[in-house]
Amino acid sequence: MTRLAIPKTYKLFIGGKFPRSESGRVFEIRSAKGEFLANAAKASRKDARDAVVAARAAGSGWAGATGYNRGQVLYRVAEVLEGRRDQFIAEIVSTEGVSAAAAAAQVDEAVDRWVWYAGWADKYVQVAGNANAVSGPFFNISVPEPTGVVAIVVPQDSSLLGITSAIAPALVSGNTVVVIASERFPLSSIGLAEVLATSDLPGGVVNILTGSPAEIAPWLASHADVNALDLIGAAGLDWIDLEIAAAETLQRVMRPEQGPDIASPSLTRITQFTETKTVWHTKSLI
Amino acid sequence: MTLTSPDRSGQSPLAPASRAIDIIGADLTEASLTRYLRGLPAVDAVGLTNRAADLGSRSIKATSKAWALDKIISLIDLTTLEGADTPGKVRSLVAKALTPDASDLTSPRVAAVCVYGDMVATAAEALGSAKGEHAPGGINVAAVATAFPSGRASLRVKLADVADAVDAGADEIDMVIDRGAFLAGNYGRVFDEIVAVKAACQRADKSFAHLKVILETGELNTYDNVKRASWLAILAGGDFIKTSTGKVAPAATLPVTLLMLQVVRDWHRLTGERIGVKPAGGIRTSKDAIKYLVAVAEVAGQEWLEPHLFRFGASSLLNDVLLQRQKISTGHYSASSYVTID
Repeated sequence: MTRLAIPKTYKLFIGGKFPRSESGRVFEIRSAKGEFLANAAKASRKDARDAVVAARAAGSGWAGATGYNRGQVLYRVAEVLEGRRDQFIAEIVSTEGVSAAAAAAQVDEAVDRWVWYAGWADKYVQVAGNANAVSGPFFNISVPEPTGVVAIVVPQDSSLLGITSAIAPALVSGNTVVVIASERFPLSSIGLAEVLATSDLPGGVVNILTGSPAEIAPWLASHADVNALDLIGAAGLDWIDLEIAAAETLQRVMRPEQGPDIASPSLTRITQFTETKTVWHTKSLI
Repeated sequence: MTLTSPDRSGQSPLAPASRAIDIIGADLTEASLTRYLRGLPAVDAVGLTNRAADLGSRSIKATSKAWALDKIISLIDLTTLEGADTPGKVRSLVAKALTPDASDLTSPRVAAVCVYGDMVATAAEALGSAKGEHAPGGINVAAVATAFPSGRASLRVKLADVADAVDAGADEIDMVIDRGAFLAGNYGRVFDEIVAVKAACQRADKSFAHLKVILETGELNTYDNVKRASWLAILAGGDFIKTSTGKVAPAATLPVTLLMLQVVRDWHRLTGERIGVKPAGGIRTSKDAIKYLVAVAEVAGQEWLEPHLFRFGASSLLNDVLLQRQKISTGHYSASSYVTID
């Protein structure tokens, strides 16, 4: 007996839940050969608004967790991702049209990067912070703190590695993120959302919107409750306008990157979305 | 003022309230009042909730929304009712009532500030010449009284509480009914208390502070009870019927408010007199507040969308409305750091 195929309708990932787009819109995900794979929700500006609310609400809890705890959670993401390795490989093969070996290499690299960034969570403060010398009997200590809500346009030409490399470093220091997934290869982004939802990541720390970056990004760039804008994958957009809009609400902006090694792992990716807090404390109380 | 003694026959006369005498008859007793309230048609709960859900699903277009946001602000009783209230907090509340959005002076002012009785003088002093609805851009001072929020005190204490607030300059008194007596079926006691409080609202110059009667619908359990309590409060002389203290969950809900709006509509048809409605507690977003505006306009009528006939008892609602106003005026989404902290 033939079995009826069940094509999946993917949804957004906002506040730890999987809602449909408020607009009710969907778009088709097609394979590299042009075959229909699935429908994905096409996010609207109101979905972006809801995602920022969720990210803001999750901010204090995630930033307030110890670095050690955040590291454990991010490592858990790597574990769960590893467990779904075959699914991601199959999806990358069908959407990007690459060989199974290349897809496997991409998934392995993504898992490795989650682990690498997880390790930094309780260590980056020691590297990026400092005890400053001052001319008086004071401790003067500078520590990095998370910037807040970071909106990210992830690399558009990569399935899993692009989104991993863009969001993991922002999460290390305690930022919460609103992510605009790759428009060409959204399947792995939604797959990653299912991984994040079944890890120990609190709801709202990562919010993933699928759809048109050109449509959603301007609303996030001008949003007064977004603290930073990572345009790493926005080279194909009118990103200068986005930078201007972001300046109106004093967002920290990172410009687009291009090339084969886009978003390669580095400590700078962690510290670029931190703010330095400096405190003075007397060396003795008399 | 003495209360009706517990009288099993219910034949002893109740305090003379002109509305009740007009409607129920000159031989106003607990028995006749109870008979009247129990004789009210029962509420269709399913129909009521469906109607509320239907009114809440209206699509509001951009220009209507801009109008609605300003209207909501002008209907807010900006409230602080915490044990930790200080004179400084009340003064900052008044500052916010006068200038809701410091970055946009076109924002209208709220209708009133609502505080505990001992803070009335502080609020009145902070308002200065802007106090009272008759001043240009004026803001009323509302005080909760009668052993708010539980109402568990003797009538003597409750009346002293009211008189204190009125003497201190309160323009409006928000009283709570004795829910225990109401639920025990002792309608006469509730009625007499409201009449007594109404009398205590009279100032030295014979004018009256507006009386809002809080039913605390979250403790009344059934829609039929809410309906009876609404009629009771109006018959006893209330100027406003108010859903909740905000201290009990559930506080204001759309179906309950809808039911109370139906009662004031019916009262208007019966007597030509307009009674106000105040949902309070739990209304935190502009989206929710707009649903209430729709319900008011559809059920009672648009003439109810004025501060003397409809109020929102709220504190965090104002900030959400201001954020929506900023979104409309700037074209981009705003953030809570762009409005003042309450």
